[in-house]
Amino acid sequence: MIPLLLGITFISFFVIHLAPGSPTEMQTMLDPKVSMEARARLDKMYGLDKPLPLQYWNWLKRLVALDFGRSFSPDGRPVLDKIKDRMPITILINVLSLIIIISAAIPIGVLSATRPNTLFDKTTTIFVFVGFAVPTFWLALLSMILFGVQLGWLPISGLKSYNFEQLSDLGKFWDYTKHLILPVLISSFGALAGMSRYMRANMLEVVHQDYITTARAKGLDERTVIYKHALRNALMPVVTILGLSIPGLIGGSVIFESIFAIPGMGQLFYASVIARDYSVVMGILVIGATLTLGGNLLADISYALVDPRIRTRR
Amino acid sequence: MISRELLSDAWKRFRRNNLAVIGLCMVVFLFLVSFAAPFLAPYDPTAINTKLILAPPTLNHPFGTDQLGRDVLSRMIYGSRISLKVGFVAVGIATLIGLLLGSFAGYYGGWVDTVIMRFVDIMLCFPSFFLILAVIAFLEPSIWNIMIVIGVTGWMGVARLTRAEFLSLRERDFVMAARATGARDFHIIFVHILPNAMAPVLVSATLGVAAAILTESALSFLGLGVQPPDASWGNILTQGKDNIQIAWWLSLFPGLAILFTVMAYNLLGEGIQAAINPKLRT
Repeated sequence: MIPLLLGITFISFFVIHLAPGSPTEMQTMLDPKVSMEARARLDKMYGLDKPLPLQYWNWLKRLVALDFGRSFSPDGRPVLDKIKDRMPITILINVLSLIIIISAAIPIGVLSATRPNTLFDKTTTIFVFVGFAVPTFWLALLSMILFGVQLGWLPISGLKSYNFEQLSDLGKFWDYTKHLILPVLISSFGALAGMSRYMRANMLEVVHQDYITTARAKGLDERTVIYKHALRNALMPVVTILGLSIPGLIGGSVIFESIFAIPGMGQLFYASVIARDYSVVMGILVIGATLTLGGNLLADISYALVDPRIRTRR
Repeated sequence: MISRELLSDAWKRFRRNNLAVIGLCMVVFLFLVSFAAPFLAPYDPTAINTKLILAPPTLNHPFGTDQLGRDVLSRMIYGSRISLKVGFVAVGIATLIGLLLGSFAGYYGGWVDTVIMRFVDIMLCFPSFFLILAVIAFLEPSIWNIMIVIGVTGWMGVARLTRAEFLSLRERDFVMAARATGARDFHIIFVHILPNAMAPVLVSATLGVAAAILTESALSFLGLGVQPPDASWGNILTQGKDNIQIAWWLSLFPGLAILFTVMAYNLLGEGIQAAINPKLRT
């Protein structure tokens, strides 16, 4: 764990600092009258004049106390505050997508595996295949055109309508939900395809195992065999895949947050990257990677929970 | 070395697999389109026509025109060159890095293996799109930078595959025989083991082309990829978003092209997979 975390901070830091262009360059570029001395002063203020290893060491020392420094943007707020403002909505959307992915992919996978080569199985296979190949942002655009522009059912950007403050509590909730429907559905689509395919493959493999034959032979009804004996075993690899899909979900938030104009972490990241706001970019990289690491750890733990064999082996 | 019979067997299986053949035809079609772009495109892809701004599809402009009156079909035909280039160069870079690191890790084992695989673990922790975006934004947005960045952030899967192959191959008799004849490590790695480890890498590279094309289009869509006036499917979609209320054709057609391309490489990749590894059935 610790070496991995250190590695994450190391790569985040050097990738960004070795790339050409610096935040003070951006700040002074707009005003040609700013002298080189003024820029040097700015560099000094941010500590950018020191050698890189020393900068890294200083940043790391502050990081231990969860101090990500201050943003280089004019507001100069602490990075952690900025991220905290944006995090809840990104996490909300990702958690909702995960719930949708799990609750749809498992039944789809099980149903198509237990009825191979039926119409349902063939339809889902095609859906999965297209789902793998479809660019998420294009799907977002199309659904915005269909549901937002043509049909006018759903709003296409932001989180609140302009008259949000005048609405009743229930109205506010409904307004918020309406704004979330498209982003959540779209962000779950890609992973949904992958997950239901894994689920189907696992289920097909498990159904041919000896213990399933045993369960059938001792006269259990098909439902118990499938949902109690087979499903549990087929679920295990899915847990790992779920953990591995977290970075994809977080990474994807940049795209759909910018399409749907949702003020989340992805949008903050995009804006900071454009403004070369070092401290915010590094902060989000480190937090994003740490979340992924945490997700993988969680997957490992739950893997051990569902599969006793793993526990005894260690 | 992979024997000739093995290859012709694989080709036979590939030919009998309808989906794989369709995938191959789609890929060949895309190659033809991008090579013949100057002959196929009905208009100059950068020719501005102020009289036909955001014109819906007609017979003269089957996919409509964009906000500068340029013909969308012509821009898409030229855009296919971009995605072809990005796909192959980025995957080439990723495969090269992955093969090298994976071979060393698998062949030498020990601390070399530990260091390389830890590095892979760390790289896999980063949401890849975050990492790509962070680097791209600091560089000049150009097609070469995109290819390089997609390549250097996408080699981890290949490294893992290659390492796994090496682990199982390095104990085989033919490796022992090579060593007994006094062959050096590098000779054993690149001449004896690597050719036998290529099959899964080939599959992952084909699928990787699809992933790289998706990433490029997303980057261009965000304005960090191919810059106008050069055409890419992603940056036509950006115009589609800007004109979402009026010009649906700017959003629909380029996306279909991306979908088609990605499906082509996925079909081909899975076809190769099934052909060289007939035991694997999903």
